[in-house]
Amino acid sequence: MDGILFLIFAAAAVLCGLNVVMQRQPIASALSLIGVMGSLAALYLLLGAQFIAAAQVIVYAGAIMVLFVIVIMLLNAGAEKRTGVSLMARYLGLPALAGLLGALSYVIFRAFADSGVVRFGRFSAGAARDVGQALFTKYLLPFEITSLLVLIAIAGAVVLAYKEFER
Amino acid sequence: MTAAGVPLSWYLILSAVLFALGVAGFLFRRNIITMFMSIELMLNAVNLSFVAFSYHLNQVDGNILAFFVMVVAAAEAAVGLAIILTVFKNRATLQIDEVESMKN
Repeated sequence: MDGILFLIFAAAAVLCGLNVVMQRQPIASALSLIGVMGSLAALYLLLGAQFIAAAQVIVYAGAIMVLFVIVIMLLNAGAEKRTGVSLMARYLGLPALAGLLGALSYVIFRAFADSGVVRFGRFSAGAARDVGQALFTKYLLPFEITSLLVLIAIAGAVVLAYKEFER
Repeated sequence: MTAAGVPLSWYLILSAVLFALGVAGFLFRRNIITMFMSIELMLNAVNLSFVAFSYHLNQVDGNILAFFVMVVAAAEAAVGLAIILTVFKNRATLQIDEVESMKN
């Protein structure tokens, strides 16, 4: 059952990811990206990370992608014009990418050849209680710094958008 | 079928494939918003690696790191989209190769 679920959601993630890259319309890319994030949330659940799965759906698929879709709507972004990519990207891009993927796969298969199989339910320390406990004890300082970062980001976004409407 | 799981390396390979797709989108697309979404795809791929390693090591730390990546991605999306909005107002284009005032 685990294997079947993994294959289903991995295939969905890869297909949606391909669609993100291939589509000419930004709105189609955005909707495919929501598909990727939903499948990844299911994979997180299989890995026992319940809190991260919920946060993935709420924060990524909910908040961030709604922001993207609203901006696409606001700017009325049409299909992308096909212009020539740079020579280096055209001739070196795909081989370099294939090389990157091959090197990564080689390292992963060498280092994790005998790492055992992933079984649903073996790891249960990803519940909200455990994550919260680690977040507010061991990772308290990074957590507080992150809140500061979010505050600065909000202020920056407001400043940028405010100048916008002044003109 | 019994509860036969998949090897951990499959999760990592999936993460690598998604990351490569994100890099491809960033290199070959010419729309600012699509490039930005490719970056989000790469962040998601790395998050999958974090959660898989968290499972492998039986520690919650990977989940915490994935959470931090999520928060930073939210902040980055807010600022980035505000910048895209400003660029569009000034240039009336979303094509990345028409925004080249910093080139010369």
